[in-house]
Amino acid sequence: MDLIERHPILDFSHGEKVSFSFDGRDMEGFEGEPIAMALHANGVRIYRKTPEMRRPRGFFCAIGKCSSCFMVVDGVPNVRTCVTPLKSGMKVETQNGRGRVNLFAEEAS
Amino acid sequence: MEEIRTDVLVVGGGPAGLSAAAEAASAGADVLIAEGDLHLGGQLVKQSHKFFGSKDEFAGTRGFEIARLLRDEIAQCGDHVKIMLNTTVSGYYPDEKLVTAMVGEEEYVHISPKKIVLASGAQERLIPFPNNDLPGVYGAGAVQTLMNVYGVTPGKRVLMIGAGNIGLIVSYQLLQAGVEVAAILEAMPRIGGYWVHAAKVRRLGVPILLRHSISRAIGGDVVTGAMVCELDEKFAPVGEPQKVDCDTICLAVGLTPSNELLWQAGCKMKYVPFLCGHVPFRDKNMRTSNSDIWMAGDVCGIEEASAAMIEGRIAGMSAAASLGFKVSSENFEGCHARLHNLRAGEVGEKIRIGVSGVTVDGWEANV
Ligand SMILES: Cc1cc2nc3c(=O)[nH]c(=O)nc-3n(C[C@H](O)[C@H](O)[C@H](O)COP(=O)(O)OP(=O)(O)OC[C@H]3O[C@@H](n4cnc5c(N)ncnc54)[C@H](O)[C@@H]3O)c2cc1C
Repeated sequence: MDLIERHPILDFSHGEKVSFSFDGRDMEGFEGEPIAMALHANGVRIYRKTPEMRRPRGFFCAIGKCSSCFMVVDGVPNVRTCVTPLKSGMKVETQNGRGRVNLFAEEAS
Repeated sequence: MEEIRTDVLVVGGGPAGLSAAAEAASAGADVLIAEGDLHLGGQLVKQSHKFFGSKDEFAGTRGFEIARLLRDEIAQCGDHVKIMLNTTVSGYYPDEKLVTAMVGEEEYVHISPKKIVLASGAQERLIPFPNNDLPGVYGAGAVQTLMNVYGVTPGKRVLMIGAGNIGLIVSYQLLQAGVEVAAILEAMPRIGGYWVHAAKVRRLGVPILLRHSISRAIGGDVVTGAMVCELDEKFAPVGEPQKVDCDTICLAVGLTPSNELLWQAGCKMKYVPFLCGHVPFRDKNMRTSNSDIWMAGDVCGIEEASAAMIEGRIAGMSAAASLGFKVSSENFEGCHARLHNLRAGEVGEKIRIGVSGVTVDGWEANV
């Protein structure tokens, strides 16, 4: 992971290391830290593709305001990954376009 | 749906909101802090430098340490303060005086507060240039969050846009994190930030290019470079643009108040360039034209944490006093005096002019 190893002022106390998947690939991150940070540390830069122009979008504001980092997390689209904590076993996917809400998911399962 | 009742709802747990909550709670009010992020402290948690400003307001202390001091003060308030993290306030319904908030991404709650202090801070500005939406173009606050809060390297080589205090400080922090800074571009003919911050990055060999800007970001799927151009007196590009290799373009081009909830609440607003956007009219105790709503900090004009903390204290005391809790007039006067001192002198001039244009003597006479 692209983590800062030595810093003159700051000490980083990370949470527990957990596994999650990104588009089917296994990755590691720290529990409770935002999903977007874990992805960035794993070298992932593209988080979604825009609906009309199919432009790649990634991390941008990191305060849950700009919608650039929307992704599909455990099947839920438009998740603000910069303020959503990572949990063990999460399934994180690139969001293509607007994202689909599966209204019948509960009945089906 | 769950409905939460409280005397005072504080929206945003940055320096302004925490100060407001501490005052309202110590006057005896029950306070709920709703904070969208995963931790309290707002901008302070990402500031690893020693703060400038007044000694009364922790000058010389590092930003994240000030956040810790404020959190300790909140802890002292015990049961009077409840905290909801990862809770973004999304709506205000004036007729029912009801607030809606998102907890995480899928759960909604109703909050029914007697009074509200809005302390939602600011958001970053974006400047237009081709490809400014490419992954790798990041706000300065976002870069700070990555590296100073979560210890993640934002990139290998960064181009910084803006030589105000934020651009200068974040450049220095990038160097501390072991990241190369290709250059700092500034469209104005002079450095906007404090000289000490500029001197630190210059000493480490980072060029500060005045009268320069970015003309486009380069890259297919992610940033791989930028075209940089020189500007004339009218800010029009002159000469051939130069290519700079970088994997990150960091925008430090200013902030604007996160004022959405103030608009929703119908607060009387005005565009004030010196305060960096649309801001609400206020009386001297930070009450807006909506008699249930106070505000404090960057949301009522971009300034500094020092001012945000004092405004927060004033707003918190005033909101509590309106509910009948006892607040000493000495405390009010002390805070007004500190705010006055902070804004005295040359540095505070723009703020003074900006604030005086939106301050009313009292609401009854003006609404
Ligand atoms: C690089 C940099 C260096 C700085 N250096 C200094 C310095 O040396 N000295 C100084 O005095 N100041 C400094 N500042 C400025 C200072 O950090 C800010 O002025 C201060 O943090 C403003 O406080 P605030 O509480 O108003 O807003 P913020 O700190 O921005 O806090 C607002 C909080 O509200 C939350 N929020 C927003 N919307 C919602 C919502 N709808 N629902 C729930 N929560 C919400 C946010 O998540 C955030 O936690 C610096 C700023 C930067 C970026």
